[in-house]
Amino acid sequence: MKNIFLFIRRYFNFLSFLLLQVAAIVMLSSASKTHDSFFSSLANEVTGSINKRYSGFREYFTLKETNRVLSEENARLKNGLPSNFLPVNDGKTYFLDTLTRDTLGHYRKFTYLPARVVGNTYTLQSNFITLERGTEQGVKKGMAVVGSAGIVGVVVETSSNFSKVMSLLHRNSKVSAMLKKDHTAGSIEWDGNDPSYLTLKNVTKGAKINKGDTVLTSTYSSNFPSGLRIGTIAEIDADPASNFYTLKIKTATNFFSIQYVYLIENTRYIEQVQLETNTPKNP
Amino acid sequence: MSILLKNIIRFVLLILFQVFILNQIPPLHQFIVPYLYFIYILWLPFQINRFWLLVIGFILGLSLDYFTGTPGLHAAPCVLIAYIRPFLLNLLIPKETTEQSYIEPGYKSMGWAPYALYAGVLTFIHHFYLVLIEWLQFGDFVYFIGKVTGTTAISLLMISLAEMLFNRKGRLRTNAA
Repeated sequence: MKNIFLFIRRYFNFLSFLLLQVAAIVMLSSASKTHDSFFSSLANEVTGSINKRYSGFREYFTLKETNRVLSEENARLKNGLPSNFLPVNDGKTYFLDTLTRDTLGHYRKFTYLPARVVGNTYTLQSNFITLERGTEQGVKKGMAVVGSAGIVGVVVETSSNFSKVMSLLHRNSKVSAMLKKDHTAGSIEWDGNDPSYLTLKNVTKGAKINKGDTVLTSTYSSNFPSGLRIGTIAEIDADPASNFYTLKIKTATNFFSIQYVYLIENTRYIEQVQLETNTPKNP
Repeated sequence: MSILLKNIIRFVLLILFQVFILNQIPPLHQFIVPYLYFIYILWLPFQINRFWLLVIGFILGLSLDYFTGTPGLHAAPCVLIAYIRPFLLNLLIPKETTEQSYIEPGYKSMGWAPYALYAGVLTFIHHFYLVLIEWLQFGDFVYFIGKVTGTTAISLLMISLAEMLFNRKGRLRTNAA
């Protein structure tokens, strides 16, 4: 017993070094697996509120750009209004419904919530975005996040007033995508190199693709509505050893200057994910 | 100003500088990420207790981690250089002379060559370990070697800039302190 105490006293510094190292590594490994265990919501609130102050003052420098993006988006949305598509002789007007259920019995599936970006990284291998909107304002884990130009990421963590978004620029991020032209499915990942380019994998070589083709979110995604812009094909890499293309995609979203985003809630998200993760019993 | 207060202010400023300025710079190249915050460990006083040195290193790394959303990623290399620092200082400075008369490491208290070696070795170890952890998670050898060299070079450049900008007085230790 005495020897044990002597040992601990002699190597006290080395032992505390080992202890702190192990603590750091354990935090890191469990965090990259689940994204929430060591990210207590307290720390999230503290860094979130500091980030908020900073971005409140930084926003002044990008007002012009934000304005331009918003007015562009407004113009695009106004062009899409059903009142712009009045049939000539028919006399009927179509309006978008905002209720959860309309008179014909259609149920609303997606709801959009606006949110302000208060924190954003793009220099690391695992990049996150902090939004100033949390569980008290209706944010849930797994909600999709889109910007005005294209998709941005997925909510991985929430606290009462802030939420953390795994950006597309994260090595573990994976979004199912399709080509606009012929709906060929693939999956969007990031190789960790250039924040302006993503990688589209698993596109079959049967698809006819060209540089500049648009890539959209696919119909298979559980959190993203289908048909949102992801980007355009910038480079085609046909590996002769595989049956699939690996495509370099120029992102539609400019990750260096995100200011406002929309959170999309899929009201049937939990039901779909539960069904998909169930392991079927052998018949 | 007391040494404790000065170090607390330095801690806050370095973390904010790293998070809100250096991390916001659009990347010049994927290998070059500017890091400066760990200069805090380099500049801590000579006389600090080794155990507290480790704890301070851990807290420094962890507070940066909470901003970047990667708990433990920066804490591990900071603890490592905090552990190595006393051994390196023992090797590099003549005992009983500088350590007795100066408060903290710097080119004035140690001389140009030993201080450059001290900063260079600790910077290299910090980046080597940091990128190694990243590499073990994702894996790409060219990325690993390139990022260690690129990031170390840019950090050393910034450390020398910081030394020139902030002319830290090589204050002598007095009995009153």
